[in-house]
Order: sequence, then structure tokens, then C-alpha cells
Amino acid sequence: MIRTIVAWCPDWPVVAAAQDAGLDHDRPLAVIEKSLVFACSPAARAEGVKRGMRARAAQARCTDIVLLDYDRGTDARVFEPVVQGVEASMAGVQLVRPGMLAMKARGPARYYGGELAAARLLTGKLAELGVPDARIGIADGPFAAEHAARHAQSVLIIPSGSSPQFLGRLPIAALGDATLVGLLGRLGIHSLADFAALSPTSVRERFGSAGALAHALAAGLDATAITARTPPRDVRLSVDFEPALDRIDQVTFGIRAAADRFIDELLADKLACTEVRVAISSEGETSERTWLHPRWFTGADVVDRVRWQLQGSGSAGSGLKSAITRVRIEPEAVDPVGAHEAGLWGNGPDEGVHHGLSRVQGMLGHEGVVTPVLGGGRLLAERQVLVAWGDRADAGLEKARAKPWPGSLPEPAPATVFADRRAVVVLGAQQQQLEVSDRGVLSGHPAFFSPTGKRDDLRRVEAWAGPWPVVQRWWDAAAATTANRFQLIDASATAWLLVLDGQSWWAEGLYD
Amino acid sequence: MPTAAASLDRIERHDEVRELQARIRAMQTTKLDSKALDTSPTVAGLLPGGSLKAGVAYTIEGSTSLAMALMAGPSQAGAWCGVVGVPTFGTEAAAAAGIDLERLALVPYPGDQWLPVTAALADVLTVVLVRPPLMPSDGTVARLMGRLRERGATLIVLGRWPGAEARLEVTRSEWSGLGVGHGYLRSRQLTVGVTSRTGRRDREVML
Repeated sequence: MIRTIVAWCPDWPVVAAAQDAGLDHDRPLAVIEKSLVFACSPAARAEGVKRGMRARAAQARCTDIVLLDYDRGTDARVFEPVVQGVEASMAGVQLVRPGMLAMKARGPARYYGGELAAARLLTGKLAELGVPDARIGIADGPFAAEHAARHAQSVLIIPSGSSPQFLGRLPIAALGDATLVGLLGRLGIHSLADFAALSPTSVRERFGSAGALAHALAAGLDATAITARTPPRDVRLSVDFEPALDRIDQVTFGIRAAADRFIDELLADKLACTEVRVAISSEGETSERTWLHPRWFTGADVVDRVRWQLQGSGSAGSGLKSAITRVRIEPEAVDPVGAHEAGLWGNGPDEGVHHGLSRVQGMLGHEGVVTPVLGGGRLLAERQVLVAWGDRADAGLEKARAKPWPGSLPEPAPATVFADRRAVVVLGAQQQQLEVSDRGVLSGHPAFFSPTGKRDDLRRVEAWAGPWPVVQRWWDAAAATTANRFQLIDASATAWLLVLDGQSWWAEGLYD
Repeated sequence: MPTAAASLDRIERHDEVRELQARIRAMQTTKLDSKALDTSPTVAGLLPGGSLKAGVAYTIEGSTSLAMALMAGPSQAGAWCGVVGVPTFGTEAAAAAGIDLERLALVPYPGDQWLPVTAALADVLTVVLVRPPLMPSDGTVARLMGRLRERGATLIVLGRWPGAEARLEVTRSEWSGLGVGHGYLRSRQLTVGVTSRTGRRDREVML
């Protein structure tokens, strides 16, 4: 067993969320996940707020509590500078989870002159890094050290060889495996000492390998090694323009070499970048967005993304609102290069397709090439969503698609769908206006139809059906739809999908 | 049974004549046979030779769903398809026709760059559907067709196009399922006039 130091920052989710929101950690705070309290600050705990409590109940107990949403990302992101700070004074740090660090005790103990001195130094260091109340536990093995840290006032050192005695006094719940803990409790085993007293063979027979591992931990025979993390390199690209540039081609030229260097640096770390965040600052404003890549970014692709972001809807070379002072590019998502290695015969035709489509995007802009995704809804425009090549489709689309959508159109779907519906004219037998009553009855039979919306283009109606009411989202004035649909075949045997919206007729689609 | 023997003899003769005709045609043909693409059985009967050919253009007048049916065969066989300049392309109908949307790229508004965009897509995709806003010049068409032949891509044109392999024109369309005030559109019988190098004939297709 390895002498291990574990540093624990109590209530880390609260500390991180408070720091991220710019709040004071001393006031009553709680971090909420799925409307249950995930963690709370000491001030809130003093008022009776506990983990697992409903958010409403927490608010009832402590009226001035501030509730923050739990975000794993924030947790990890805010902890990163702490890890880096500790790494500066002690080597080989393992990040157990945000809020908890483990490292081998031998090195620091020798360097700083004893385990207690190392622990004191570590508490001081963590206090400097914004963790005022850190606990340090030193024991044989990470499991014992973690529990030592949880029981420490500030520092708790379990002398070498006495970890089993320390662990023996802990309740069985310290094992953390809810199923096993519940079962052992029902078997009358209430402390780790009771569990450790069982014979290893019987435990393995009864509880399998997971049980055997828990038994070893309880007995203080923790063979887990400390795997130190490799500190990631901070790769980002930032180019300042002095004087500020006001033409897109100047900006893209200015970052071309830097973009190549940026990708090369990532490649040197054996990383392929699949998502970048581009922030463009001009005099007074900053435009920021993330760009995805269907494969991985090359330097030229990064330059393209910057150009598209600058262009917006304008064309190349168009003047900008204000001059660009700085372009900053950060990798948002990276993958090991190995996952993207080209096969011996290339990656098949898709690579060529990607290059071809990117070329067209280069001509027309990012939104120029789209791929269709089917969504859900009653209106045709909702059912087909276009996603720019390289972007990810909204994850909710598939879920929306699976819903039943009563009142949507029967098969077949119209082959032509007008993006902006076209005005048409439908008239009754006496060339009178038709309307749908409040009870959903059409006032006459459609007899004349003009696809161009002009009266002199009228032709006879051969067959029709409707009205099929589409009444949706009446609770939301902006998105509400109240219309009636019709299918109609005109004298030239063309089938139309029409919409009667109030008094006016529109063509939504054409079955051609 | 002299009559049976005579008819058998006649059939054999007939086969022989056919074989000779085929040999003569093969010697006379001035073009090399181009690669055939997978074609869906619905439309195979419409096309000269019974299948879509790579490196040629087809024109379709009056039906988007017919174009979708043409694209469905290669798409289901794993080919990529592209659509240029058709912002009204109904993707739901395309999916129902059998086009794999995962391998479909749309360029709805190419503007005046439609020809370079079509050429760029023809470089990498197998089937490209295009609606030309205006009739291109013969020289441009010849260059594009050369590129198509080289890449083995097929062009489907909604509208007119010089030098097309076949021109499919909807002459009659008959819907079933919709009455006067009742029912809904269910299926459709199309009569398609096919004009190819060998002449013009009418074919029926059910969509």
C-alpha cells in the first residue's frame, strides 16, 4: 500500500458555482440538480438545508437562500486552476473528481520534511487558490486517505500500518456502493471492521469480485495506485491587429499562418480538433460562436470559419461595421488523432464528398450547403429542417419526429414544398368567396382555382377534400396557427395542398 | 406434328435474326457503353437501356417526384446525391421515395454560381439534380458533360438541357383517392413520354 495524501475541498459544487456566479461563498447557497439539493454551503446547512432535499423545502427552511443550477462543466472548469496551483508545488497529482485530489505522500514528505509539514503547506497553498476550508488526509492507500480527509478538522494523519484500525470504526455506508451497503446492513454488518472480519473467500463466493474489492478496501488492503495526470497544454490562438483591420480578406490573411501553427501544435499533442470557438473582437463589440467540423479542422478550415463568421450574410470583401482588433480561437472539442486516422485506402468516398461540399461552402458561405433532417410537426416547414453542412442537428428533432402529431397530413408527402407559401385563388361555383364557418363547414364547393393568384387564370377544380383544421398552440399568440387545409386537383390534373387562412388562400405544397 | 415443328423452327429463326441484329448494332455503335447505376425498378422501364447511366444527363419536365424516383436507386445503393437550385425540394417526399437523407446535400440558393456549383458537386457526388435558371451555352454544357463522363456522375435536369440522353415528360397524370369533397390523395398513375436517341414512346409508371 502506498502512503497517499488526499486533499478534499468540502462542498466543491457550491464553491465552484458561487465563484462562477460571482457570489460570496459565506452566504446561504445551494446547488440544485433535478429540483433536488445537490450540495449546500455551511451557512445553508446551519439553517437545516440538507443534500437530497427538494428545492422548495430548502427555500422554506432558509428564505434568503440562493439556488444555483448544478453544472458538471463549471465544477471541473473552476477546479482546473486549483489543480494547476497544486501541481506547481507537488508533482504527480491525480484528479479524483472536481474537489478532490490524490498524490503519493513519499515525495512531498521527504522534500518538505515530514508528512505534517507537507500537509500544512498544501492547506496554505489551497487557501491561496481560493479554497479556504480544505481538508487533508494522509493514510495507507487512497481509500483510507479519502476517509481521513473527510474526518479531518484540517489535517488528519493516520500513522503507517494503522489504517485498518481507523477504517474499522467507520460505518458500513463508507463503502459507497448502495446495493452492497443495504444488503450488508440487513445481514447485521454495521461497521467496516465487521465486514473486514469475514473471510475473503466467503465474501468472494457470496458477493463476487465487486464484493471482494470492497472487502479489501474495508480491511485496509487498498491496492489502488495513484495515476498522476499529464497536465494538458494550453493551446489557443490569439491574433491582435494593430492598427485594426476593416476588410475580411486582410483579417483572414492575417490569421492564416497562426491558424496553421495552432493546428500543428494540437497535432504535436496528438490531438485532432473537431470543434472551435471563434471570438472576433472589433472596436466595441465581440462576436463569438462555436463551429463544428464533420471531420477535423485543418488550418484552412479554421480560416474559413473566421471568414464565414465575419461575412454573416454579406459577401466576401464587404465592409464591416467596425474594424477588427483581435481574433481569438480556442479548441472546444478535441479527439485523439488515432480516432481519426485515415485508413490505408483512405476513408472511402465520404472524404471526397466532404472536400467537394466544403468547396461549395467556400463559394456560397456556410449556409450555402445544407443537409435535410426530418423533424416533427403539422406544418410542412416544421417537418423538414435544413442543417448547414458540418453543423450538428438539434437533438430534439428525432424526439419530435417520433410523436404522433394528430392532424398532420396523410401520405404521400408533397414533392414540392414552398418555403414561402404562394397566394392562390379558390372560388365557388358562382365565383363567390368561400369561407369556413366556426363549426368547420365550408360555405360552398370549390369550383375554380387559379395557381398564380390572378383572376384571369381560373381553371376548373376536378376533385377536392377538406377542410382539415390545423389549430395549434392557441396558448402562445406568436406561434399560434389557425388554418384549414385542402387537397385539390385542378383541370390540368395537378394536385395541390392549399391552406385557407382567414379569407386568403395559399399553396403550401404541390404534389408534382 | 408438322405445325409444332414449323413454329419451333420459326422461333429459332427469330432468335437467330435477333442475335444478328444485336451484333450489327454493337458494331455500328459509335460510343463505348457507359457504366450503369443502380436503378429503382419503378422507373427502370422508363429509361433507355433499362437503367440510369453514369456520365450522361436526363431531363424531366413536370414532375419532381419522378426525379426523386430516379435518384432513389443510386441513393439506396450507397451513392451520394445533390440538389442544386431547388429550394422547394420536399425532403419528406424524398425520404418516402427512398432517398437516404444522410447522403443528400442541398444547395437551395446557388444564385448565378449554379453552374460552377453543379460542376463542383458532380466532381464528388454520383447523382446531381439541378433546375437551371436559364439555358446555358453549348460550350459550357459540353465542358460540364465532359466532367460528368470523367467522374461517372449523372445529371438530372428539371427543365431543358441540350444533348440529354433521354427526356422524360409527363403527358398525363391520374390521381386516385381524392373525390369531390371527400377522400385524400393516395396514389398516382403517370404517363411519361420518353424521348431518347432511338425515338419517342409513352410509358406508364405508378408512383
